[in-house]
Amino acid sequence: MGLKIIVLAKQVPDTRNVGKDAMKADGTVNRAALPAIFNPEDLNALEQALRLKDKYKGTTVTILSMGPGRAADIIREGLYRGADKGYLLTDRAFAGSDTLATSYAISRAILKLEKADIIIAGRQAIDGDTAQVGPQVAEKLGMPQITYAEEIISAEKNKIVVKRRLERGVETVESPLPAVITVNSSAPACRPRNAKLLMKYKHAKTITESQNASEDYINLTADRPFLIIPEMSVNDIDADAKWLGLTGSPTKVKKIENIVFQAKEAKRLTAADDEINDLMKELIANHTIG
Amino acid sequence: MANFFTDNPDLKFHLTHPLMKKIVALKERNFADKDTFEYAPIDFEDAMDSYEKILDIVGEISGDIIAPNAESVDQQGPKIENNEVVYADGTKQNLEAIVDAGLMGITLPRKYEGLNFPIVPYIMAADIVSRADAGFVNIWGLQDCAETINEFASEDQKERYLPRICKGETAAMDLTEPDAGSDLQAVELKARYDEKTGQWYLNGVKRFITNGDAHISLVLARSEEGTHDGRGLSMFIYDRNHKALTIRRIENKMGIKGSPTCELVFKDAPAELVGSRKMGLIKYVMALMNGARLGIGAQSVGISEAAYREAIEYAKEREQFGKSIIKFPAVYEMLAVMKSKLDASRSLLYETSRYVDLYKTYMHISEERKLEPDERKEMKKYQKLADFFTPLLKGMASEYANQLAYDAVQIHGGSGFMKDYPVERIYRDARITSIYEGTTQLQVVAAIRGVTTGGYLLRIREFEAMPLKPELHGYRRTLIIMTDEYEKVVKAVTDVNDLEYVDFHARRMVEMAGNIIMGYLLLLDTERDTKYKTSTDIFIKRGKADNHAKANFIFNSSIDDLGNYKHNDSE
Repeated sequence: MGLKIIVLAKQVPDTRNVGKDAMKADGTVNRAALPAIFNPEDLNALEQALRLKDKYKGTTVTILSMGPGRAADIIREGLYRGADKGYLLTDRAFAGSDTLATSYAISRAILKLEKADIIIAGRQAIDGDTAQVGPQVAEKLGMPQITYAEEIISAEKNKIVVKRRLERGVETVESPLPAVITVNSSAPACRPRNAKLLMKYKHAKTITESQNASEDYINLTADRPFLIIPEMSVNDIDADAKWLGLTGSPTKVKKIENIVFQAKEAKRLTAADDEINDLMKELIANHTIG
Repeated sequence: MANFFTDNPDLKFHLTHPLMKKIVALKERNFADKDTFEYAPIDFEDAMDSYEKILDIVGEISGDIIAPNAESVDQQGPKIENNEVVYADGTKQNLEAIVDAGLMGITLPRKYEGLNFPIVPYIMAADIVSRADAGFVNIWGLQDCAETINEFASEDQKERYLPRICKGETAAMDLTEPDAGSDLQAVELKARYDEKTGQWYLNGVKRFITNGDAHISLVLARSEEGTHDGRGLSMFIYDRNHKALTIRRIENKMGIKGSPTCELVFKDAPAELVGSRKMGLIKYVMALMNGARLGIGAQSVGISEAAYREAIEYAKEREQFGKSIIKFPAVYEMLAVMKSKLDASRSLLYETSRYVDLYKTYMHISEERKLEPDERKEMKKYQKLADFFTPLLKGMASEYANQLAYDAVQIHGGSGFMKDYPVERIYRDARITSIYEGTTQLQVVAAIRGVTTGGYLLRIREFEAMPLKPELHGYRRTLIIMTDEYEKVVKAVTDVNDLEYVDFHARRMVEMAGNIIMGYLLLLDTERDTKYKTSTDIFIKRGKADNHAKANFIFNSSIDDLGNYKHNDSE
């Protein structure tokens, strides 16, 4: 029996390689200066879903991403790796959402999709680092949640067994299905994009993206309906406007401080004897050692 | 987070050569597959976009997985357990990523689950992977064997074996034996046909077999009892599932240590004949070897790329006498010459790949329909060019890879001699490229035909006639002078009318042709993109001096000199 899995994935600015233009003067993230990538732990989550798909015949993996139009890239990246379908949850009304409003919108969207057995997300996104959206989605859907997952050991007979990575070790827990799982970066890295899947899905577009597409593309989608990435807006998810976007977000930013790292100039040494010698002398001279 | 495709613009430059339009249209039979296969391209731009995107995957896997694993693979190496080869952990990880990404069977037709890519992007993938780990490319690159099955095996065999390769099974070509290395005519492994079972059986020993425990092996064996030359040899497929093979040992090698080199004992191993009896060496091995030599060309260029990058990075960082060593003429000259050889050999690699692409595609088309007279003429032309250029490429690029690795270690000084830097491994890995799949000396034996038949000269004169911007005409004049000198040299040597005398000067003449050909290729690259001008300038000026020295030597030698070089046992 196949499982129905939804993977929650977010497009984030790549905060791992931050240059000096990463922040704007007002203290917000300068998204234009940072490349947009698939949130790293969401890739770990996708890999767990794809492994279940490899293991249990008939399993389908659906990506759900909330974000602006360009977040369709995330859906395509997921399709290239083996996801079966993707939905982009996108609407101006979602702008300014904090974790509460985000999890509300996502949970409403999940209810509109085919009933899922497992919802898998990354532990947290590298832009906000809150780790709240996964657990909040579970709460809103009334599902049990397993956080810090490192490996989904099995998902059979309405029961899921998961290994969790905790601060002082690992524990293996069990939960009834459906359930929400959030995955750690210590879980296996996601498989690479597959050549055939990439060639199959590279023309996949959302309705919005296809508005500027050529006639050739329109003709192509007539034969290949899988090239259409469905979009969901506020109107598609039966949401109450007061829980959405800025109005639905109780989190208020009180103050932003610019932290300037005071690190001194770095020094590069090779393994050569003379350089190590010099370093020893220097460290003894400034009483770091000795 | 490294990508060995996107961080190297030279690759995209060669991928987008104008001739690709023709290659892709032929390879895709005017995009006929698009209605049958969801992943087939709809037009030229779509196909090129796919090549680029798939090479991006290759670049990512090479940068993020294969290169970081190279050191541990070199240390750990493969081992034998229960008569099976177990790869190093890093090799397993590399292979898993490559298989997950669907990068096996790249050139095979879609009906066998391949990607139906031309040779050019396939060779480019090999170039990229080799830069990350030259040893790993052997395991991955043996999909060349699948190309041989696709060319010569029966439809039934193709249907049974090719999809397995595309799904990730590995291959091997079992040619060498203890007493049959360069001289494959001496192969003795016996193939016996059993009338009762209607089955061939193999008995004997193979040695130095790369990836000897592959799922699918192509085996050269003596099927005609009582024969002793190449005409008694046939080609067989051995399937590992028969478990009729003993892996006697894995060689302890100087380099490419991650690639298992095996000694194999076949004991009544069931096998299938490929194609016709007696054609094993004469036809199929020749095709297999030409494919493999192109692959070694790619491996050599990838190694050169790795060596150059390690060298330039070190030379910028390393300070002596108060400044970076790259500021010293002795060092910057080495680096600039390295770059010019790298650019030249890469240009030769892709030029040769395009010839192979064109003639092989025409050949496959000729199995589907009769070729038009001008198509047949083109096929013949490119087949000849491929035959002339493949040994030239393999010989020159592998020697350059060794020179670059040598210079890269030299630039590192004492540190380069230590295991602390990758150049030490690169230096050891490079060494095999000018030995296996035919030593450089054997490449010269094949390439000399391009000299004596005038094959190289004909192509050189075609290059000469290609349009060039006025500012590049000076280089062409130099190349014309070099060509005239080359013609005189060839005439002087062949006029002596002695085969041994031709052999004596063969390498010198082949290298002279190589210098002119690569000079033109760089010049034509500069015509498309001026960033190659520096390498062109350096390469042509050095080539001119090198050719001149060789010509000087040849004009001042005579057949009587040979005696001085011959070893005399009585002394």
